[in-house]
Amino acid sequence: MRGWIAAAGVFVGLLFLNGVFVGSVFPGFALPPYLLQVLCLAGINITLAVSLNLINGFTGQFSIGHAGFMAIGAYASAYFTVTFGEALRSALGFLPEFARDGAVLLVALTIGAVLASIAGFFVGVPSLRLRGDYLAIVTLGFGEIIGVVILNIDAVGGARGYSGIPKLANFFWIYLFAAATVLVVHRIVHSSFGRTLVAIREDEIAAEAMGVHTTRAKVISFVVSSAMAGVAGGLFAHYLMYINVRSFTFLKSFEIIIMIVIGGLGSITGSVLGAVLYISLTEGLREFAQYRMVLFSLLLIILMIVRPQGILGHKEFVTFLTKRRRSLGAAPGTPGA
Amino acid sequence: MTTFLQQLVNGLSLGSIYALIALGYTMVYGVLRLINFAHGDVYMVGAYVGYYLSRLLQRKEPSLASALLVMLGSMIACALLGVLIERLAYRPVRKEARLTLLITAIGVSLFIENVAQLVFGPDPKFFPSLAPRTDFRFGGMRLTSEQITVIAVSLLLMVLLRFFIMKTRTGKAMRAVSFSLDAAKLMGISTDWIISVTFALGSALAASGGVLIAMQIPKVDPLMGIPYGLKAFVAAVLGGIGSVPGAVLGGLLIGTSEVMVVGYLSSTYRDAIAFGILILVLILRPQGLLGRVHKEKV
Repeated sequence: MRGWIAAAGVFVGLLFLNGVFVGSVFPGFALPPYLLQVLCLAGINITLAVSLNLINGFTGQFSIGHAGFMAIGAYASAYFTVTFGEALRSALGFLPEFARDGAVLLVALTIGAVLASIAGFFVGVPSLRLRGDYLAIVTLGFGEIIGVVILNIDAVGGARGYSGIPKLANFFWIYLFAAATVLVVHRIVHSSFGRTLVAIREDEIAAEAMGVHTTRAKVISFVVSSAMAGVAGGLFAHYLMYINVRSFTFLKSFEIIIMIVIGGLGSITGSVLGAVLYISLTEGLREFAQYRMVLFSLLLIILMIVRPQGILGHKEFVTFLTKRRRSLGAAPGTPGA
Repeated sequence: MTTFLQQLVNGLSLGSIYALIALGYTMVYGVLRLINFAHGDVYMVGAYVGYYLSRLLQRKEPSLASALLVMLGSMIACALLGVLIERLAYRPVRKEARLTLLITAIGVSLFIENVAQLVFGPDPKFFPSLAPRTDFRFGGMRLTSEQITVIAVSLLLMVLLRFFIMKTRTGKAMRAVSFSLDAAKLMGISTDWIISVTFALGSALAASGGVLIAMQIPKVDPLMGIPYGLKAFVAAVLGGIGSVPGAVLGGLLIGTSEVMVVGYLSSTYRDAIAFGILILVLILRPQGLLGRVHKEKV
């Protein structure tokens, strides 16, 4: 019951904030469009970072092809909306305008998520049977292949990019899905299945000896993570109304990795923090665009040397402040690990 | 038939460059169990050092001596760079989890790429020709002097490497470290030194690959390390990562199949073929063609 009230609260709160930001609640006050766009992109990046943290942080596998799954979600959902969106909209004629928009967006995002998770399954099965670093290179290669394949599909614009996508996503939808991602990952991590994931991260052989079907658990975690990346890609496409393969190269994957590593691998609030920090820094340093990536990469190296667990480590934000409760999955005998 | 032979020669020439880069991946993986993401960027730096050296020497006529000087200079510079990367970035985190090491490697790679874009400029540069060009014809086939140089130089370097690893004391120590780092340390081998030597050798080989490819294309750009680095890594995995002959075999196979795909199917898929091969290898023979199966122990 409490959960439902909280969910309803988040729902109404986001609707209200959305109204405030676009200026329909208090006439005369609206967020500048640039700030609103930064905020929305931050929301999409929160979804990406938290979902990647499920596989990289909690399961201890290393995927660097998250942008590839995002691309699948973006292109698949955009293709659906452009081709069948109008038909679905007229079939739902009895609904009010915003509900029809929402319905089309939801169906499009579902398609994107399903396709991304299917891709995740086919990438995950061969590589997750093996040691961790193979996944890194296979996902990297997979991201490149997806790019090449999309470039060769003329129906979605190829190298010109895909334009003419209706703007269905807004602040409300983006943060609704960001909240849903946080909730889902939080629930997974605190379930018994989540414990098996953490066990795999801490010691794969020991986990296997305890009867964990490691490959199965890793593949499930990877597929869930890919599906969420697909949703994020769909939101990205329906927010910016234009997508191009160049937005989904491995540099995008590296960006997401930087976010979760800065925040702390294995910390949900850490990923949120990392995503917000990364976006604020990139936007704040826009004048020094060419030095930006030099700075971030240097930061990444120094962070690995001084504090390899990231700012929050495995801890969540609240635990990090109070330091009373033991964090999830901290190895025994290593306080604050 | 002549088209096929022509493609085969083109493929072998591209493949020997992949092999030169793949050797660095496989050697570093052998001693540190690390995918050195920055290796492709060391190769790019090698091409740039070659570019600046040849600009410096260009006042004179292109000659074999200046070509040799360019090649050696860039190999030495990159050997130093490789040692520096290992010393400053990898050594402090060597005792940490392997994931930390991997993230550090990604950080180093991003760092070199972005610094290179600042220092060298983001645009591709034209690589001056080092030696007079001549074409040789056999039947219907055309062999350029660059292709012959590439194959000859990489063959020579590989033979030298083989000699070094199998016949010298340092090479023997290197094999011991890659067999078991801890046991090698107990036997009195200075593992830090051996790791440095490994990085120096691998980086020098990558630099030679960089100069050779820059002669052929002929241009250099700050992100050229990414596609070549990735495909060379696939080559190392295909041959069996950790295995030196495997890296050579893998490089030649990847190069040949890439050229064949471009020649007979479509050039748009040239970057996809290597990863298609990679996924097949991982499903069918994860240890690679010449790799040994490592049992994971507690």
